[in-house]
Amino acid sequence: MQSTTYSLDSIRSDFPVLERKVRDNKPLVYLDNAATAQKPIQVIDAITDYYKNHNSNIHRAVHALAEESTEAFEATRGKVAKFLNVANTKEIIFVKGTTEAINLVAYAWGRDNVQKGDIVVTTEYEHHSNIVPWQLLTQETGAELKYIDIDENGELMLEQLDEYLATGKVKLVAVSHVSNVLGTITDVKEVIKKCKNADAKILIDGAQAVPHMKVDIGNLGCDFYAFSAHKMLGPTGVGVLWARKELLEKMRPFLGGGDMIREVHKYETTWNDLPYKFEAGTPNVADVICFTAAIDYLTKIGMDNVRNHEIELTKYALEKMSKVKGIVIYGPKDPKKQGGVISFNFKDVHPHDVATIVDKNGVAIRSGHHCAQVLMDKLEVAATNRASFYIYTTKQEVDALIDSLEHVAKVFKL
Amino acid sequence: MSADPIYTEMIIEYSRNPSNFGKIENPHIHRHDSNPLCGDSIDLYVNVDGNKITEVKFDGKGCAICMACTSVLTEMIKGKNLEEVKNFKKDDLLSELGLGHLIKTSPVRIKCALLSLKALKYGIYSYFVDKMNDVEAAGKLKEEAASLY
Ligand SMILES: Cc1ncc(COP(=O)(O)O)c(C=O)c1O
Repeated sequence: MQSTTYSLDSIRSDFPVLERKVRDNKPLVYLDNAATAQKPIQVIDAITDYYKNHNSNIHRAVHALAEESTEAFEATRGKVAKFLNVANTKEIIFVKGTTEAINLVAYAWGRDNVQKGDIVVTTEYEHHSNIVPWQLLTQETGAELKYIDIDENGELMLEQLDEYLATGKVKLVAVSHVSNVLGTITDVKEVIKKCKNADAKILIDGAQAVPHMKVDIGNLGCDFYAFSAHKMLGPTGVGVLWARKELLEKMRPFLGGGDMIREVHKYETTWNDLPYKFEAGTPNVADVICFTAAIDYLTKIGMDNVRNHEIELTKYALEKMSKVKGIVIYGPKDPKKQGGVISFNFKDVHPHDVATIVDKNGVAIRSGHHCAQVLMDKLEVAATNRASFYIYTTKQEVDALIDSLEHVAKVFKL
Repeated sequence: MSADPIYTEMIIEYSRNPSNFGKIENPHIHRHDSNPLCGDSIDLYVNVDGNKITEVKFDGKGCAICMACTSVLTEMIKGKNLEEVKNFKKDDLLSELGLGHLIKTSPVRIKCALLSLKALKYGIYSYFVDKMNDVEAAGKLKEEAASLY
């Protein structure tokens, strides 16, 4: 049925929730993958197995369980490093998600490196988690926050970045690798090149990239990279900050507490080595360990295959959706230039009405501002509808979405 | 596809052509309220003569459910006594549009349906406190408004 190079049927059978019926016995059509991905049985089983057989705190005790847990926790760090082509595993820091990773940088790097008169650059299509920390930082330090605007295709106007960089005041550029609303893929290579030439640091929010395409941090050349496990088949409550060792070594800690210390005395403390300096307190041991199962799963499929599958679905969906009466589609509308994310509206129909109607057919899409109100203002809408795909999404599911959207057009007499 | 239990002709019609849509300059009662989650945002304007509601208008943006419910609410309370309106229950409004089932089936969308009633109750509450000095009647209203959803 599809030219996808892996067997969709066998993949779908690994995801128990995809067998669910919702709303009067309709098969679930889960198209909210940009919010969070479903979990394969391998991840679910790993979580049960961990709590049944291994549960222990890490890095502290010498008993058998503690050793097993510590080893498994560190093994995941190695898995992540390999998955992203990072040579030094000490550069992988576990946090609770993309949001915490970005806040960590804003706090621990930003407060020592950004001053009054400096510029921090972000973009109009950022998630709130890549805007608000920079607002807090610039407000606190008296630095200036600047935005790279988007054009009518939902792509960044990079000539603005040139202008900002030409001032010589830009300390950091924070940009998402893939927009969570428009799906636009940022030309990160180009952005990084520009930043390097201007001696500005570059942070990439990869929350929507790492789950969907091959990301090679080793060859990218950025300074900070952040993403979340839950959007890539893994458990919630786990995220990764990758940063260059030279930067991490100079940065002050983010949170103070257990594990991040070497020696604590009454009035002074020395910091533990990387990465532990940034992992204060008991981390999310179980979920970090089980994140391994998610990475293994994706590795087995192959990230190029994941990307190809999504390109094909996006092409199919864009073609069909553009024919639905009264619909407006945002973003590049080009499967090669976007991830498996499509945002749309119906002329004057509120997105929540759209989502409620399609939900009646078991189709789960997201409606709202997607934590991107700056972008909503730019598009001059209060909210949009968003359908987002993943490895298990089928063309039949896209068809179910289209049927539901046609029904919306009919109900609202468009 | 079977008839939709929410998006009836009546709801679509009201959302397309809302009743009493507009603004009253210097109204006796004005209340703005919004649902941050879905972006419904309305302003409700009411004029009273003694105890009687003489004029009601609203403006703002919202989903079909919010628009239809606000329209119907303004129709229902026009010409009524403040006393009557004070005792207005959520079922009175929802049943008018056949949306009683939302209470059970859609904890999310119920907020869209009841936003205007919440605004009205808070509006009358302020009116009782500021203009009529009736703190006792007001307290109950505030409690009720807060517990709508
Ligand atoms: C582009 C982007 N950045 C950041 C985030 C925040 O991720 P988390 O909520 O896992 O911290 C998201 C998730 O919604 C996202 O899509």
